[in-house]
Amino acid sequence: MIEHTEALEHTATAEHSHAAAHVHRDDEGSKMGMWLFLFTELLLFGGMFLLYGGYRFAYADGFKVAAADMNTFIGAINTILLLTSSLSVALSIAALQQNQKKLCLSLLWFTLLCGLAFLVNKYFEWSHEIHNGIYPGGPALENMSNGEILYFGLYYVMTGLHGLHVVVGMIFIGFVMVFIARDKITSINFQKLENAGLYWHLVDVIWIFLFPLFYLLH
Amino acid sequence: MEQTHESRAFGTENHSHTVGYGTYIMVWLGLVALTAITVTVAGMHLGSLTLLAALTIACIKTSLVAYYFMHVKFDNMVIKVFIAVCLLIFLTFWILTFSDLSFR
Repeated sequence: MIEHTEALEHTATAEHSHAAAHVHRDDEGSKMGMWLFLFTELLLFGGMFLLYGGYRFAYADGFKVAAADMNTFIGAINTILLLTSSLSVALSIAALQQNQKKLCLSLLWFTLLCGLAFLVNKYFEWSHEIHNGIYPGGPALENMSNGEILYFGLYYVMTGLHGLHVVVGMIFIGFVMVFIARDKITSINFQKLENAGLYWHLVDVIWIFLFPLFYLLH
Repeated sequence: MEQTHESRAFGTENHSHTVGYGTYIMVWLGLVALTAITVTVAGMHLGSLTLLAALTIACIKTSLVAYYFMHVKFDNMVIKVFIAVCLLIFLTFWILTFSDLSFR
C-alpha cells in the first residue's frame, strides 16, 4: 500500500496505482555504492593501521610500555557494546522485514544507546589520560620514549577518528529511524536501513582491530 | 512481483531472504566468546604468538560480522569480487611495506 501511495505522488494517476511499483529504484546499485564507500573507509583506516604496523615494528618496546597503561576492562566493555549494537542493527532489519515496525525502531534506539555508552566510556578514558599529562606538550608525554609518544599519537588519532565515525553512524541511524517512522522505509523498501547497518558494522569491524592493537598487545 | 523484472539483471529489489533472530543471536554469542578468548590469550604472555593470535581472532570476528551481519552471505558475486579485490589491494600494501621494513 505504501509504495502505491508513494508512487501516486510521482505519477499522479490515481486509478492505475499498480504503476506505482514501477517507480525506478535500484537497491542493488544502492548497496554497491555503499560498499564502494566502505572500501574508501577501509583504505583510510588501512593507511593508519599500516602506519601503526610500521612504527610498532620499529619501536616494539615503547609500544609495549605504553599499551600497558591502557585499561583493558574499559576496552573490553566497549567491544561488547559495539558488538551488541551491531546485533541490534541486524535484528532491526529482520524485524522490519517481518513488518514489526515498533520492534525495529526499539532495536535502533537500543543501538543508539550502545553507541552513546561507547562514547561516554571513551570520554572518561581520554579524560583520564589527559589528566595524567598525556597530550601534545603535556608533562607526561615529554618524559616518554619516542615509541611511547608515537603510540599515544596513533591512539588519539585512530580512536578519535573511529569515535567520529560512531557519531556519524548514530546520525545516519537517526535519519533512517525518521524515515521508518514516516513509512518511507518499509518491509519491502529498506535498502537505506541496510546501508546504515553496513556503515555501523564497518565501525564495529574497525574497533575489532583497534581493541587488540591498542589494549591487549603489551 | 512485476517490479523485479526491470532490475533482474542486477538482482532483485526486494530481498526475499529473511534471516531468523536466532542466527543473529548465535553469531553475537560467538563474537562475545571470541572477545573473551582474545583477552584471555593476551594475558598469557605467549611472546610473539600474542600478536598472531590477536590478529587471527580479529580476522575471524570480522568474517563473522561481514558474512552474517553485513549479509555478504546473500550478496551477489559482483559485491563478493569487489570485496576480494579490495582486500587483495590492502594485503599488497602490507606485504610491500613490511618486505621493505624487514630487508632494509
